[in-house]
Parts: sequence; C-alpha cells; structure tokens
Amino acid sequence: MLLAIAVHLVLAAVLLPLARRLGRWVFVIAALSPAVTLGWVLTRAGPVLSGEAWSESIGWAPRIGLEGALRLDALGLLMTVLVTGIGALVLVYYAYYVKPGEGGVGSTAALLSVFSGAMLGLVVADDVFTLYIFWELTTLCSFLLVGGNGSRAEARRASVQALLVTVLGGLALLLGFVLLADAAGTYRVSEIVANPPSGPSVNVALILLLVGAFTKSAQVPFHPWLPGAMVAPAPVSAYLHAAAMVKAGIYLLARFAPAFGDVPAWWVPAVLIGGWSMIFAGYRALLATDLKELLAYGTVSQLGMLTVLVAVGERTAALAGGAMLLAHGLFKSALFLAAGVLDRQTGSRDIRELSGLGRRMPVLASGCVLAVASMAGLPPLLGFVGKEAAFEAFAPGSVVDVLILAGLVIGSMITVAYGIRFLWGAFGTKRGQPATEVRAPPAGLLLPAMIPALAGAVFGAATPLTAALVEPTARGLPAGGEPYHVALWHGFGLPVVASVLAITGGFAVFRAQPLVRRLGGRLPGALHAQHGYQRVVTGLDDLAHRVTGRVQVGSLPGYLSVILLSVVLVSGAGLASGVPLPDDWRWWDNPLQVPLALFVLVAAGSVISARRRFTAVLLTGVVGYGIGALFVVDGAPDLALAQFLVESLVLVVFVFVLRRFPAHFTHGGPVRALRWRNAAIASGAGAFVAVASVLYSAARRHAPVASREYAARAEPEAGATNVVEAILVDFRALDTVGEIAVLAIAATGAASLILAAQREPRQPEPEVETTSGAEPPAEASAPSASENEVAEEEAAEQEGVSP
Amino acid sequence: MYTVNVTMAVLLAGLYTIGFYLLMQRSLMRVVLGIMVLGHAANLFLQTAGGPPGDPAMVAAGVREGMADPLPQAMALTAVVITFALTTFLLAMAYRSWVLLGHDEVQDDIYDRRIRELPRRDSGPDSFVAPRESAPQESLR
Repeated sequence: MLLAIAVHLVLAAVLLPLARRLGRWVFVIAALSPAVTLGWVLTRAGPVLSGEAWSESIGWAPRIGLEGALRLDALGLLMTVLVTGIGALVLVYYAYYVKPGEGGVGSTAALLSVFSGAMLGLVVADDVFTLYIFWELTTLCSFLLVGGNGSRAEARRASVQALLVTVLGGLALLLGFVLLADAAGTYRVSEIVANPPSGPSVNVALILLLVGAFTKSAQVPFHPWLPGAMVAPAPVSAYLHAAAMVKAGIYLLARFAPAFGDVPAWWVPAVLIGGWSMIFAGYRALLATDLKELLAYGTVSQLGMLTVLVAVGERTAALAGGAMLLAHGLFKSALFLAAGVLDRQTGSRDIRELSGLGRRMPVLASGCVLAVASMAGLPPLLGFVGKEAAFEAFAPGSVVDVLILAGLVIGSMITVAYGIRFLWGAFGTKRGQPATEVRAPPAGLLLPAMIPALAGAVFGAATPLTAALVEPTARGLPAGGEPYHVALWHGFGLPVVASVLAITGGFAVFRAQPLVRRLGGRLPGALHAQHGYQRVVTGLDDLAHRVTGRVQVGSLPGYLSVILLSVVLVSGAGLASGVPLPDDWRWWDNPLQVPLALFVLVAAGSVISARRRFTAVLLTGVVGYGIGALFVVDGAPDLALAQFLVESLVLVVFVFVLRRFPAHFTHGGPVRALRWRNAAIASGAGAFVAVASVLYSAARRHAPVASREYAARAEPEAGATNVVEAILVDFRALDTVGEIAVLAIAATGAASLILAAQREPRQPEPEVETTSGAEPPAEASAPSASENEVAEEEAAEQEGVSP
Repeated sequence: MYTVNVTMAVLLAGLYTIGFYLLMQRSLMRVVLGIMVLGHAANLFLQTAGGPPGDPAMVAAGVREGMADPLPQAMALTAVVITFALTTFLLAMAYRSWVLLGHDEVQDDIYDRRIRELPRRDSGPDSFVAPRESAPQESLR
C-alpha cells in the first residue's frame, strides 16, 4: 500500500514534464497508477475480506508512538475499489474531455494523481495522524483543482470557501483525534476502535470528529461549499465531489461507528444532521436549474442518507451504508460524467436550455436512465439492494426507528423526484424549446460515463459479488436477531412496501414540482447557510481589521507597553499560581551592597530627569561603575575589570557622537498622563523581574557540577590559576569566539552607518551647458536642503494624521 | 538554598523600572540609555542569581571553600562585552537618524495608523464573498 501511494505521488511528479510532450494523453498515463492499484488490491482481496487485515508501517519516531501505519481491511478495501476504479475511469475520461489546446493539462493530471494517492492513503491509514495528513492533502488537492488556474473570480471564491470550510473541519478533526488518542492511549485507529475509551473528553472528541466529517461530506450547515465547487470541470466534480473526497467523511463515520455507535454524542447529531441534510438538500436539488448544481445537492442529500446509515453502528444499517456507498459512487460519478459530456458537446448544462437530447444521444441517455434508476432504488440495481437494507435496518422497533425510517422514505421520495428531474432536464423535450444542437461525443467520453452505470446494474444483479465485498465491512457489529444478508430479493415485507412508496411518491413529487416549491416556503435570509458563511468570513475580516487597527497603532512606546504588560500579566500569573515564595531571605549578603545599591539607584533615577544629553550619559556611566563596584563586592574582579573598561569605552564613544547632537534633549518627554502610565507599567515590569530573580535563584541549591569541575581542572588542564579566565579562553572558548564575532559585526555596522552619514548625499550633475558657468552650483547647501525636505515631509505626514 | 537578597532585588527592580521607562521614551538617545541601563541590570541579575558573594575564583592555592561561582561570572563577562557592542551599534543608528532626519526621535508609523481608516469590507476581485449585485439569489443559497 505504501508502494501504491508512493507510485501515485512519484507519477504525479513525472506527469508535469511528460505533459509537454504528450499533451492530453498524459491523463491516460495518470490513470495507470489507480488502475494498477485496483488490480493489485483485488489480488489481495481474498484474505482481507475473510478478516485478515493487511498491515504495513514505517517507524518515524516509534519511541513516542509516531509511525506511519497503514492497514487494509474490508472497509478500506471497499473504499479503495471505489477510489481507484472511479479514479482510473475519470482520468481516461479527462483525456477526451480536455478541449484541444487547453492549458494546465499537466498540473491537473498531476493533482488528480496526488489526490488519488492521498485518498488511497486516507482509506488505508491506521494511525490518526497519518489519516489526518492524507485528509488535509485531499482538501488541498480539492482547493487547487476547484480554483483551476485562478483566472475566474467565481472559481477562486468557490475554492477558498471549500478550503476554509474543510480545513476548519480538518482542524476540528485533528483536535478530536488528539483527545481520542489521549483517552485511548494509542494512536492506532484499529486499537481505538477495538477498545473504545469513554468519558466527557471522548464525547467532546466525538463531536469534533463529527464536525470534521460533516464539513468534508458537505452536511448542513457546512454544505454550500459543495454546490459552489461545481465550477470545477466535470471530471473533477465526478471524482472529488461525488465518488471520493466527499466520501471521506462517511468513511470516517463508518470507521469509528463500530466503537461509538451507541454513544449519544455520536449518533444523535449524526442522525439529526444527516437526516436534515438528506431532506433539505434533496429539496434544493428540486429547485436547481443547473445540472451539476442539481447533482451537487443530490450528493449532499445522498451523503446525508449515508451519514445516518453508517453512524448508528448497527449491522444491517452498516450493510446498507456499504452498499449505498458503492452505489452512490457509481451512479453519481456516471451522472457527473454524463453532465460533463452534455456540457462539453452542447455548451450548456442549464435545464431550461437543453431540449430534445434524448433522441440525439440515446446511448448517453440510456446510461443515465440506468444510473438514475439505481439512485431511485429500482430493482434489480445496486441502489435497490442498498435501500432495501436501509429500510430493513430501521424496520420499526422503537420511536426513533420509526422516525428514521420515515425520514429515509421521504428522502428517497425526493431522490426519485430529482432523479427524474435530472433525466427530464437533460434529455427531455421541452415544449416551445428548439432542440439543442449537439456534436456526437467520442467513445472515450461515453465509455467512462457508461461503465459505472453498468457496474451499478452488475453489482445489483450479482448480489453474491456485492455481498462478498460489502458484508465483511460490517463484521463484528451488533445484529439484532437474524443476521441480514445482502440480496436482491427478501420476499414481500416492509422494505418492499417502503421502496414502492418511495418510488411512487417520488413520481408524485416530480409531477407536483411547482406545488412543492411553493409549499416548501422560503427560508428567512438569516438561516441560509451560505449567508452564514459570508457573515462569518466578513465578520472575521472585520474583526481582524478592528484588532489590527487597535493593536497596530504604529507607536513604539505603545508596543512596548503591550509587551511589558503581557510579560507581567501572563508570566506573573504563572509565577503567582505555581511557585512558592522562598521562606529563607536576607537583607544583604555583604553590608557594602546597601550603600552601593543606593548610589546606583540614585544615579539611575537621575538619568530620567536629566535635561542635558551629556549629563544623562555621564549618569549612565556612573550606574555602570557602580555595578562594577558591586561585582568587586561579589568576588568577581575580572567581571568588574571588564565592566570598568567597557564603561569607559562607552563614554568615549558617546562623547564622539554627542559632539554632533544639541546639548539638550529636543523632546521634553511624554505628556503628564502618559508619563504616569509609562511609569506604572515600567515599575510593574521592574517589580516582576525582581520577584522573578528571587524565585529563579531559589532553584540553585549549590554550585553546579560544571563550575566545580572548571575550578578543579583550571590549573591542570588549562594552566590557569584564574578560573574565569580559563573558562573564557579555554573551556568555553567557542562562546568567546561568538562574542568576538558579535563585536566585529557591530563594529562593521556602526562604522558603515557613521561613514555613510558623513558622506554627502549624491547630487545630480550640475548642468554646465545651460547655466553656462555663470552660477556655481550650490553644492554645500544642497544636502541640507534635501534633508530639510525629508524632515518637512515627515512633519507634514505627522500633522496630516494626528488631529 | 540561596536566593537573591532583598537589597539586590530592590536594586534590580529599580534598574529594570528605569530601563523600561527610558525605553518607552521618544528620544532615541534616551532609548539607547535605557538599553544600557537594562544591560547593566541584566548583567547584575546574571551575576547575582549565580550564587552568593565569595572570594575571587583564583585557584593558585588550590580550590577553596567560599569561592564565588566562576561560571556566572564568565557568562556575565561575555554579556557585558556584547552589551557594549549593542550600545555602540544603536548609538550609530541614532546618529544616522539624526543626520538623515534632523532629529533623533522615534516617530509613530503613520501607515500603521491609517489601517484604521481603511474601508472595512473588501470588495475587490479577490474578495472571499461574491459582491451582492452580481450573484443571483438562486445560486447564493
């Protein structure tokens, strides 16, 4: 499996250069990897279906439980068959779908190949983080494929919406995974499912998992991204937004349902949201006039049904879910590909414009009829098999079952109605509408669209094959009473009645469409999911704008105040809550410290009130000398020596610079109110540092081993009697080299700044010809003039802003 | 157990307060002085937190009890020199600012101030939300 995923990704890299030579046939090359994977997986199918999962893993950081683990079991196999099979068909179809001379062929093929590999990884991942990574990879591929080359605003918006919504869900999923894995004590999906944890944090994790699944599978209220994503080319829609990617959410539900199907935090939201999505999106499909939009809402509706079926974690329902998963992947991809054929050959996919195509494209029309029949649940197609199981699963046992069954029947009725609407819209002859002009589609377009539709019939008729593929996915799930078996005919009973009701009801709904539309009423604007999305996005935008406007004020003192306050408040809160004050304290360690400290404090305090620059600099020097004296008291003569030396040097440098500056500070300091605010913040921060110094130093129990060893080894190893010196030039010489490097860099920088400042700014060449030498160019005054200009500009800008 | 004594803690509080206060001034020269004071305070912090005062770390007569810890001293020494380098560099920048602008004050960034006056809702072609008039009601939902 690892190899298969790698092949997809490597092939994707090769496709880009290949596309230059092969043009659109690069898609056929891209189809090789899913096709080969499908074949390879089918050779492995026997043991996997009989219960022996095929595992692989690569240790990344095994000590902390991080590994890339893959595991192919029956559910993974079902998904793999769907993903690789449809993938290969769609890629072949794409080769014929591309219009001659269309650009971006290589990148589209590469992205689809990457997507196929990522999807394969998603359905076989056995490690929550591996799963998450593949999950997000598919999101990214969807974003890039929907956005196309980014030249259309509509596509950009749709892709951004798809990205934002699904990434939001992805983040929720990651958080849920972390919580779940933490509660279970393992990152392995199979182990979590085998020994499901419980507790409040697990309930939160389950809700987060559901959010991830709902965003990916476009459930209400996250669904609008899916109809929006229909700006993507038809094959992309067929593959990502019908057969594969949107199934990831369903897959996730099916994966975890055996463990959590009976937890209310899991099944109640899943059934409610799924049921609501099924009915609401089906209704929306009845309103759609664009064929792809109709199919997209139909997908949301079908995914809602699948959510209900797979989330409850019950055997019959899971069987229904598995069969419907396969059925939906087949018939929906067939319909999307057919819609693509219509769009490409007629230039329109608007129900109101297409007319009379049934007669002109009989093959395509019959394929679509087959697919829609499967969707509607007509025997002997796969959709019928799935729906029978679904109705059986919720055959009345409790009030909840009755309600779910009623929902499923209503959903199926609407499904039948919009299925007919699709057929009528695409192929029907409308009164007063001239027959649409159409070019005959090539076989390369028709065949890939026909194969999934036919496959639905094959799987429906050959139920042993379907049963072999689907039944192992529900292994180990609780079966109430007699275990259900997937079959075409179970005899007359409630499911058949429900099917008949759904189909006849669907016809009635289709006939009564205008009435249904009126009865459905109109949702108030505030409740529209798309409005909600827009409001959230613009609201975030506004919030960011407001926060930036408030926080990024452009004033350095303002920024410093914020930084200092957060240091004091955040770290201070941490210190105050967790660290005990040391009980042992002294006024001083050496009485000399007191007068020296007073001296330094007075000198430092006077720096603030100094009006003359030179006074302030001298006072700062006094502070430095005072600190040097404190170092002497501490028993650090080397340090004191360095301090005295540096202080003297700094004074010399300052004197050089101060020659150029006016004697007094130009600015008296901030206004009074601001001064007090600054003083309060500064003293808060100062007090915080002092407390922190007391607390931190309490961590020191005795001289560290390093110090003792340095002292012991200074003479024998470094030949020095001064330990500090030995440390600086010998034991930690690398530090000293770094220090010298810093000095060198600072010196270079300072020198270049000062030298550049002394050089006169470049002036344009004096125009000797025109002035004829009468006026000497005023070189001496020019630089200062330009400086004044700059200063004036600054001042003007300042005035313009501050009222 | 050793902790920084009260006198040194008060001194650290005072030095850091003065350093922070100077840092929040508009005059670049005062800012540089503030950084110098903060540098002094930080070096003192490093040295003081590293153990009680003691005899100089000289081992000509063997390692004695009551010797000051040499490691913080060595580190503080490195820090002192680096503070010097930093001060020099900042001073050069203040000087350059003076030569170029004619003053040595930290100005507010007016472009930052203008953010607040920018239009709230973006409506360009790269807006996340379709402009109302061009998107029909039907496809919005």
